[in-house]
Amino acid sequence: MLEHYLSLVVKSIFIQNILLAYFLGMCSFLAISKKVDTSVGLGMAVTFVLTITAPVNWALYHYFLGKGALAWAGLPDVDLNYLEYIVFIATIAAMVQLVEMILDKFAPALYQSLGIFLPLIAVNCAILGGSLFLVERNYTLGESTVFGFGAGMGWFLAIASMAAIRHKLRYSDVPPGLRGLGITMLLTGLLSMAFMAFSGIDL
Amino acid sequence: MSIMSRKSQQVLVDPLVSNNPIAAQILGICSALAVTVKMQTSIVMALAVIFVLTLSNTIISMLRNWIPGKVRIIVQLTIIASLVIIADQILRAYLYDISKQLSVFVGLIITNCILMGRAEAFAMQNPPGPSFLDGLGNGLGYGLILVIVSVFRELFGSGSLMGFQIIPDSFYAAGYQNMGLLVLSPGAFIIMGLIIWVQRSVTKVEEA
Repeated sequence: MLEHYLSLVVKSIFIQNILLAYFLGMCSFLAISKKVDTSVGLGMAVTFVLTITAPVNWALYHYFLGKGALAWAGLPDVDLNYLEYIVFIATIAAMVQLVEMILDKFAPALYQSLGIFLPLIAVNCAILGGSLFLVERNYTLGESTVFGFGAGMGWFLAIASMAAIRHKLRYSDVPPGLRGLGITMLLTGLLSMAFMAFSGIDL
Repeated sequence: MSIMSRKSQQVLVDPLVSNNPIAAQILGICSALAVTVKMQTSIVMALAVIFVLTLSNTIISMLRNWIPGKVRIIVQLTIIASLVIIADQILRAYLYDISKQLSVFVGLIITNCILMGRAEAFAMQNPPGPSFLDGLGNGLGYGLILVIVSVFRELFGSGSLMGFQIIPDSFYAAGYQNMGLLVLSPGAFIIMGLIIWVQRSVTKVEEA
C-alpha cells in the first residue's frame, strides 16, 4: 500500500509534472518566477492548498456530486455532476482565503512578499486541474491526498528551478524581442524536455 | 452595428495582434499549450472560450454597478463558472469525442486568466456594448494564437491538418519523419516562445 502511494508521489512530481507535462498553473508560474524567494513561497502555498483541496473536493464529489452519490440521503437517482466546476472553484476560493488568513497571522513576511499573488492562487489552474484530474482518474481518498501533495511539490520544483535559471539569466545577452516572456517559454520547453527523461520510468 | 465607431473598432481589433491576450498580456497560457496538439481541438476550445468570454464580459459589465467591491471575485467566478458549465454541457451533447479529448481543459476555462483579467480590467469599468466587443476581440486573439500553434504542431508533429493527412506518403517513403517532439509538451513551450518572439519583434515591445 505504502509502495503504491510512494510511486504515485514520484509519478506526480517527476513523470507527470503538473506544470511541465499538463501546462497547469502557467500564468502565475510566468509572472512570479522572477525571484527565487517569492517563487519558493508561492510554491509552498500552492502545495499546501492543493494538498487540502484535493481530499476536500474528493469528498464533495463522492458524497454530493457524483452519480448516485446522494444515496446516503435517500436520493440515489440524483446526478449533480454538472455542478462539479462551480462547487470545486468555490471550495478552492474558500481554502485560499483560509491560507491567506493563516499566513497573515503566522508568517507576515511571507504574506507581504506574496502580496497580490496569494488571491490569484484561487484562479491558478493547477489547483482546479488537480481536483478535476482526481475525478477523471477515479482516485480514492488516500490517492487524492497523495496526488494533491505530489502535484503541488512538482509545481514547486518547477517554479523554484525556473526562478533559479532566470536569476542566472540576468547576466546574459538575450535578443530584445525574446526578453522576459519569450525566453522563459523557451527555457520552460528545455526544462520540460529534461523532465521527459523520467517518462520511461514505470513504477 | 453597420458603422462602428473608431473606438469600438479599436476595442475589437487591438487584442488581435498588438495587445494579444496570450502574447502581450500573458493571460491564458495554460490551455493554449495543452489543447494545441490537434487543430480540431484547438478550434473547438477557441470557440468555447470566445463564447464564455463574450458572455461573461457582457454580463459582468451589466451587473458592474451592483457587484459589491469586496466580493466581486466570487461573483465573477460564479458567473464564469455557470457559463463554462453551459459550454461544457453543449460540447458533451454535440461534440462528445472532442470534449473527451479536451478532458479537464474545458473546466479549466474557469481559471483561464483571460476571463478574470478582462472582467477586472475592462468589464468592471465599461458599459455592456464595448465589453461585449472587448470579450469578442480577446477571444479571437486567443483563438488566433491557438490556431497558429496547433497548425505548427499538427502539421509537423503528425503530418496532418484537421485530421487529414497533408504531407504525402512519398515524403515518408523518401525518409521524411514527423517530428515527435512537437506533439509532446516541450514542443508546445518552444513553439509558443518563438511565436511570442515574432509578435514582440513586430510590435516592438520589449521587456526589461
